[in-house]
Amino acid sequence: MLTTTSAPDHDLVAGLEQPLHVLTEDGSRHHEPLLEPFLDDVDEATLSSLYTDMSVIRGLDEEAVALQRQGELGLWPPLQGQEAAQIGLARAVAETDFLFTSYRENGVAWCRGVGGEEMLSVWRGNTLSGWDPFAHHMATPQIIIGAQAHHAVGYAMATQARGEDDIAVTCFGDGALSQGDVNEAMVFAASFQAPVLFFCQNNQYAISEPVDVQASVPIALRPTGFGIPSLRVDGNDVLAVLAATRRAARHIRSGKGPMFIEAVTYRMGPHTTSDDPTRYRDEEELETWRRRCPLGRLQRYLEQLDAHVEDIRTAAEERTKSERTALRGAITTLAAPDPETIFDNVLATEHPGLDRQREQFRALNASLAPAGTEGEAA
Amino acid sequence: MSTTMTMAAALNAALGDALEDDPDVLLIGEDIGELGGVFRITDGLKDRFGAQRVIDSPLAESGIVGTSVGMAYRGMRPVAEIQFDGFVFPGFDQIVAQVARLHYRTRGAVRMPLTIRIPFGGGIGSPEHHSESPEAYFAHTPGLRVVTIADPQDAYSTMRAAIASEDPVIVLEPKRRYWTKGEVDTSVTADLTSARVLREGTDATLVAYGPLVVTALEAAVAAEDDGISLEVIDLRTLSPLDRDTVAASVRRTGRLVVAHEAPGSVSLSTEVITAAVEDCFEHLEAPPERVTGYDTPYPPSGLEDHYLPGIDRILDAVDRTLGRRNSREAA
Repeated sequence: MLTTTSAPDHDLVAGLEQPLHVLTEDGSRHHEPLLEPFLDDVDEATLSSLYTDMSVIRGLDEEAVALQRQGELGLWPPLQGQEAAQIGLARAVAETDFLFTSYRENGVAWCRGVGGEEMLSVWRGNTLSGWDPFAHHMATPQIIIGAQAHHAVGYAMATQARGEDDIAVTCFGDGALSQGDVNEAMVFAASFQAPVLFFCQNNQYAISEPVDVQASVPIALRPTGFGIPSLRVDGNDVLAVLAATRRAARHIRSGKGPMFIEAVTYRMGPHTTSDDPTRYRDEEELETWRRRCPLGRLQRYLEQLDAHVEDIRTAAEERTKSERTALRGAITTLAAPDPETIFDNVLATEHPGLDRQREQFRALNASLAPAGTEGEAA
Repeated sequence: MSTTMTMAAALNAALGDALEDDPDVLLIGEDIGELGGVFRITDGLKDRFGAQRVIDSPLAESGIVGTSVGMAYRGMRPVAEIQFDGFVFPGFDQIVAQVARLHYRTRGAVRMPLTIRIPFGGGIGSPEHHSESPEAYFAHTPGLRVVTIADPQDAYSTMRAAIASEDPVIVLEPKRRYWTKGEVDTSVTADLTSARVLREGTDATLVAYGPLVVTALEAAVAAEDDGISLEVIDLRTLSPLDRDTVAASVRRTGRLVVAHEAPGSVSLSTEVITAAVEDCFEHLEAPPERVTGYDTPYPPSGLEDHYLPGIDRILDAVDRTLGRRNSREAA
């Protein structure tokens, strides 16, 4: 076999001219045949819960930013503006599907049942990993850009080998598109037809670098070169993201190989609480994206449906308030880690060199203890 | 029952037996399937176990390691082959930033029972990037076990132990010794924590690992002609380091020579000598010596005989520890 097996398929990508959407900016319903069949079950209760989820994660995000400003957290990577992308994705995948994400997917984590304490402990510096990945079917935040894409593909290949039908999902941003790992992962996924979804939140910036530094063509075009079908979707339209993810998940789960979604969105806040975005973008651009607010858009749609908007909003606000209070409360339960845990879990099995260092550390601390407390230190 | 076989055949047997014994074990690497690997270490295994368990991977080392990480998440025990030592660096990030840290990062929730096989060292007349000794990078990285092999029996037993380990293990295979023969008993087990004394002696301790173990044993035979009795230690595991075995020997001999192919600066010899100085300084009767590759990039293969530590350089260092006439000063 000296050539590749098939010619490029021009139908590999959809949404290039305009991102696929179901709701327009003014909240009116747009008929998108690719997505419509995946929204049959969406009724007022679903819309209400999607609105609530987005409201809650925006609130949790604001609370975490406030906690950072008050010195309770070392750092926080805000997600404001990306609520629809994260909730649309998280609500579409099955509980048994496994996610490998970056550090900004705290909205996804909340949907997977990750609690406040688990979410904050990393950013407070208490641990390197806030939760047990297997308890939530979600790996803890990956900080090396794009490295998790390989893990998702490997997980998916093992799933395939075991003959199970769950899928793996990897989330990354536009910056990760330039990493070798993401591109290599697409090669592996395509070659082995691994059941994996590549989910890119194109939030327009990799810290300060605009997306055109990473890609001179729409990001959604990139996977097509690997033979991976791709959907470019309006990432601020929660229904569109929900439907696109359902569509992709069905494709992948049915054994047709990997898919890619580019959710076109915008990071309204800074890269992290240490960033100053006023140095690289202007007010006019922000104003454009404010008009595309995922919550505002869904609210306008609900109004046009003559749904009980005020009730939905009030309920969402109350839920958000209680979740924020719980998150703030979680900070107080986070005890400082025991110093000796520095040495825990470096390896799963014995390592004499580490045992020796632990003993030396213990002896040092005992020697530094105030007189009369040696017994407690030991 | 033991059989005579090459180190390559012993490794092949170890991989085959591991695949046979545990359905979660799988092999992944470049050219390891149809071809059986460029050194034929995986010869015939794809036919026996199928393409899903002996996986010809795309040519991307970060992908080989990163994909193995994901498989380990799902309970597999991947054995990844890096085709040559000099090709491991595209996979370096996945090794040091992911493989080595996941167990620590997740406080033990995620295990990485992953084996990474790397043919290493020079001596086979290769072009650039095919003769490297990258062990210090990995031994320096917390969260990895790093082991070397030196003969067919050790190759079989250590490979089985590496694959069975709950920790990630880098196995460095001395490629120029792949075709050396020895007796292999597949019932013999090995640990991943101990050095071994291969030859007892009284005048000086000679520590080596991987490809130089054979050289060290030959040097000991040659030294005998001069009436010098060398104790030869195969270090085997580079992380953790079995400093107790080295110290016990130095306490007996009072002299220490460490040999490896990698450049000497900030290397395993630095670590072994430091450990000996910490553990048994008062027993040292002479400054420890090391015989290593020079602090140059690996030279063109036409010069490698000058670069690689051989018997003469090792005996020259032994002479220095004994205060005998040597290349740097007359006795």
